[in-house]
Order: sequence, then C-alpha cells, then structure tokens
Amino acid sequence: MDKSMYAIEVDNLTKIYGKGETVVTALQDATFKVKPGELVAILGPSGSGKTTLLTCIGLINEPTHGRVVIDGTTVADEGWHNGIDLKRMRREKLGFIFQAHNLIPFLTAQENVMVALEINGLTRNDAKLRSVELLNALNLGHRVNNYPTALSGGESQRVAIARALANRPRVILADEPTAALDTENGKNVMDLLKKLAVDNHSAIMVVTHDHRMVDGFDRILEVSDGRIVAEVKNGAV
Amino acid sequence: MNLAIRDIRYHRGRFILTSIGLGLLLGVVISMGGIYRGLIADALAILHANKADIWVVQQGTNGPFAESSRIPEETRYRIAAVPGVAAVSPVAFQTIQIERNNKPFRFFLIGYALDSFGGPPGIIAGRNIRQKHYEMVVAKSMKIDLGEKIRLGQNEYSVVGISENIVSSSGDPAAYVTLADAQEIQFKKSNHAIRNERAKIKDGVAGNKALSPQQAELLRQSITATTESTHTVNAVMVRLAPGADLKGTQERIQRWNQLRAISDTEQTAILAKGMIEKARMQLGLFRVILLIISAVIISLIIYTSTLDKIRVIATLKLIGSQNRVIIGMILQQSLLMGVLAYAIGYLTILLTYEKFPRRIVLEAFDLQSLFVIVMAICTLSSFVGIRKALKVEPAEALGG
Repeated sequence: MDKSMYAIEVDNLTKIYGKGETVVTALQDATFKVKPGELVAILGPSGSGKTTLLTCIGLINEPTHGRVVIDGTTVADEGWHNGIDLKRMRREKLGFIFQAHNLIPFLTAQENVMVALEINGLTRNDAKLRSVELLNALNLGHRVNNYPTALSGGESQRVAIARALANRPRVILADEPTAALDTENGKNVMDLLKKLAVDNHSAIMVVTHDHRMVDGFDRILEVSDGRIVAEVKNGAV
Repeated sequence: MNLAIRDIRYHRGRFILTSIGLGLLLGVVISMGGIYRGLIADALAILHANKADIWVVQQGTNGPFAESSRIPEETRYRIAAVPGVAAVSPVAFQTIQIERNNKPFRFFLIGYALDSFGGPPGIIAGRNIRQKHYEMVVAKSMKIDLGEKIRLGQNEYSVVGISENIVSSSGDPAAYVTLADAQEIQFKKSNHAIRNERAKIKDGVAGNKALSPQQAELLRQSITATTESTHTVNAVMVRLAPGADLKGTQERIQRWNQLRAISDTEQTAILAKGMIEKARMQLGLFRVILLIISAVIISLIIYTSTLDKIRVIATLKLIGSQNRVIIGMILQQSLLMGVLAYAIGYLTILLTYEKFPRRIVLEAFDLQSLFVIVMAICTLSSFVGIRKALKVEPAEALGG
C-alpha cells in the first residue's frame, strides 16, 4: 500500500484486559482504514470500547492482537512493533483533543501551543510564530496571553485544537471533545474539526456518544460491546 | 520553554510562602552552625586577645577557664627568670553578677597587671586604665556609659574606657580592672569575716602559753598577714622569646611542683574540645534533625506538587514529551525552592545575627557546605516526585 494512501490502517485490532477469570475483551477484531482529510466518528454507548479503540490508535494502549499502521508506519503488530518510538510517533504524527481540553493551567494559551512545538524540537522563535499563527486562525489572537482559567469552555477547546494541530499531525484523535461544552460551542468545535480535516488534510477520528454532533462526518463507525457493528458513509445519521 | 519557571510564576504566592517557611527552617540551621562557631570564637577570644604562649596554672587543674586555679602572685617573678621567657603577666578572672537597673547583669572580670600585657584588646572610647585602683574598662556590648560607677565588692569602680567586644568562654562580656582590684574583689573577705578571723587567731595564739607576749604578737601578725593576703592569681601568662623552646620551658616551669604549664595549643584544645564538646554535639544533632525535617518537608512539597500535576504530566506524555522534560520540571522546581529557601534563611540570619543573645559567627565554608547539602537534599527529595511522575500513564489525560 502506498504510504500516503491511508493515514490510519487498523486490522483485526483486539484489546483484552486482565488475565484468567477476570479477562475482559474491550475491543475485538476492529478493522478499518482512514484516508488523510477524512473525518470519522466513533459512536457508541459508554463502555462500548470506543475510547479503547482511540487509545490503541493513539499509541497509549498496547493492542493485544492485530495491526495498526499510522501514516504508513507499522506501530503495532501483535503488540508494539519492535523498535517503534511511541513518544516520537505521538509527537510527530498524532494530535490529541480531550474531553476536558487538558490545557496546562500554568501556561498561557500561546505557551500551551508552544509547548507541543518545542517538545517536537522547534526553536523558541519558530514556536512563537507558529503558535500565534494557529491561534489567530482559530480566532484566539486576542487571547494569546490569557491563562486557561480566563478562557471560556469553547475558547479552551479551541486552544486545545490549536495545540493538537501544532505539529501538523497526519492524524488527530479527539475524545469526546464536545462533552464539556454547551450545544452551540459543541457544534462550533465539530464544524472546526470538519474544516481542519479538509484544510490540513489530516485524518480526524472523533469519539462521541452524541449522535447530534456527527452530522456531516465522512464516516461513522458504530461500536458496541467491543465490536464495530456498523459503518455509515457520507450521510447523516 | 522552562516549565518549572512557568509553574512557579503561576503559583508564585504558594511557592514563595513555602520557600519562606523552609527558609526560616534553614535559617535556624545556619544560626545553629553560627552559634557553634560563636561558641568556639567566644571560648578562644581571651586566648587570642592575649597571645600567650604558655598559661601557668595550679598543678592538676585545667585552669583558669575550665577549672578553678589559684597560684601565688610572686610566682610571676620566678617564671620571669626561666630562660626563654620574654614576658609574664599575672591575671585574675572572675564571673560576676550584679543588679543593674533592677536586672541581673552578668560579666567576666579580668584583672591584669598594668605593667604587663593582658589588658583590654582595643579601646574604642575613653582611655585605658591608668590608676592602680577603682578604674574599669568595659566591653562595648555591656552598654555601660563612660563615667558610670559600678559597685563591685566593697568599692565603686569608674568606667574610664570602652573596649572592643570581648567575651569569656561562657559568652559573658568582659570588663577589665587592675590586678590589685581584681584580687581584692575576688579574695578579700568582708569586714565582718576579717574581724571574726582576727579574733579567732588572737584567741588561738593567746591560748599558747609557751609563747612570750612579744612572740605571740609576732605570730598573730604573721598568721593574719597570710590569711588576709590577696596576692593570689588564677594564672600567669607567659610569652616566649623568639626561638625559645616551648616544650623545654614548659618542663622547667613544671619542675615547681605546684604549677602546671599549659601551652596555647593545649589551652585551645581544653577550651574548644573539652568545654564546648557537648554543646557542639548537641548543636550538631539539632542541625542534622533540622536538615532531615527540611528534607522530609521538601519531599512532601515536591510530592504533593507532583500529585497536583498528574494530569499535566499525563498530557505532556500524551503529546510526546520526553521524560527529561518532566524530570527537569520537577528537579528544577525542587532546586529553585532550595535556592530561594537558602537565600531567605541566609538573609534572615545575616540581618538578625547581631541581635542574637549569643555570638553568631558565619563562616564561608559552613555556608557553602550547607548550600551543597541543601542542593543534595533537594535533588534527593525530588526523586519521590520524579518516581511518581515517571509512573504516570499518558492515558490518565483522557476522560472527564
């Protein structure tokens, strides 16, 4: 497969927690592919395995079986792939957006974006320029020096999105990004993610349990009891 | 980006308050070291001021500071005749406590021979003692004005000079009078006691029928003169001529059986090791305990601060942060807290040490050593936080 064809390839991904009698299969035989620029929702009730799926793709949770390929690099194949530098992969290829935005409270909006850039080796000046550029693009130019406590929920989530985009990742993983927002801010964030998928040509996977938020997504993977039970393309649910 | 500085900047109130608390604790540690050095300095102050090579004291004693020592004053003439001796000075020492301004007032009285060394170290106001009787020079720290009269024993003494600060081995400020005055204060009995003693001697001599009246009177006068004599000193200080043999001179003086000749080095050991050894051990123990307490406090602060940042650390790990970024943040905070606390402790003591009742001597080596110890404690203390931080899973950043 051509490296640029798929941003994410998941093949028979299985995650089992525990041993012996306490064994729990959180995810079983998940198989799908996501192209760059594609916006995919993972939908399902609580405990269905959607966050487990996200964490396995996000290189946080080691898959028990199956294969995961990110931007052409095999990261897991029956466990972590030999020699894979998970941190480096997360820094360079992945961007994360959290339910509770997870901004670092003692850093300003700009510094929250800069930290991701500097961790990835950018110089201070380049990080400053890139962070301002990103925050301006997300209409947060007037908030660069504000601490997270001074930002609204919507603004905080946009700063978190700016941080996730900072290193121009091939894949953005969002875990319930609208859960802490009101409906209007939630819709704004989802619209922003749709725009980013197109503009940045990044594959975006969004975990949500809210059907109302996935309107206009390219694809919806519905998860139940650890299995992908339905896949809906290009349509409203 | 320095995350440690950013965190401190954001939580500066908490950081500064914590550092102040820790700083005061370190200030106590610094002051303990200063007190110990002060004890040594005090103990050796009179030794250093007099620059004697040998202290001649009563045989079998560690006098005159560690133990009571009494030798006849005329010993000075015999010692002066020993080959190699350049100068001798008989001295009398006594700790005195009087009532002044309705408060107990304690000082160390030194009597010295006006024609020899051993007097006040440096007069900063007034003049030195010129008359044989009833003049006094006091240390500046006694806060006595020139011209003030102090009653000691049966007489009043005028303060004619203020000297630089000098203290006894117990830390009491020193005052100077002539040897004759000091002997009178120390050895002269009260008039009642003298009258009683004279009557006893008279009765005792009169009871001896073998003596003629003239012989009895001569014997009475002789006994009275001996018992009422104040020509006793506590020590005779000796300075040797250049090139003189110290050991040989000591041995020659000690041939007189009633004397012991202690070299300056031996006297230093008696004072520094013997007299203040327990104080040194106690202060040392306090310092160790306080440093352990500081270490525990720093560890707890760093640990709780790390617990507060679990989500931040998880987020940093999730976005691919290297461990060194997280370790650096915790270690730098710990070290910065140590540096600030040390500076606060040092400044506190620097600004207040002169107000302490006992002398505090701050020595560069002690301060530098303590700084290194504090930095080591901060580094070790940060390990508990670092250990916790390294165990944090990136997944902890997920969820609500």
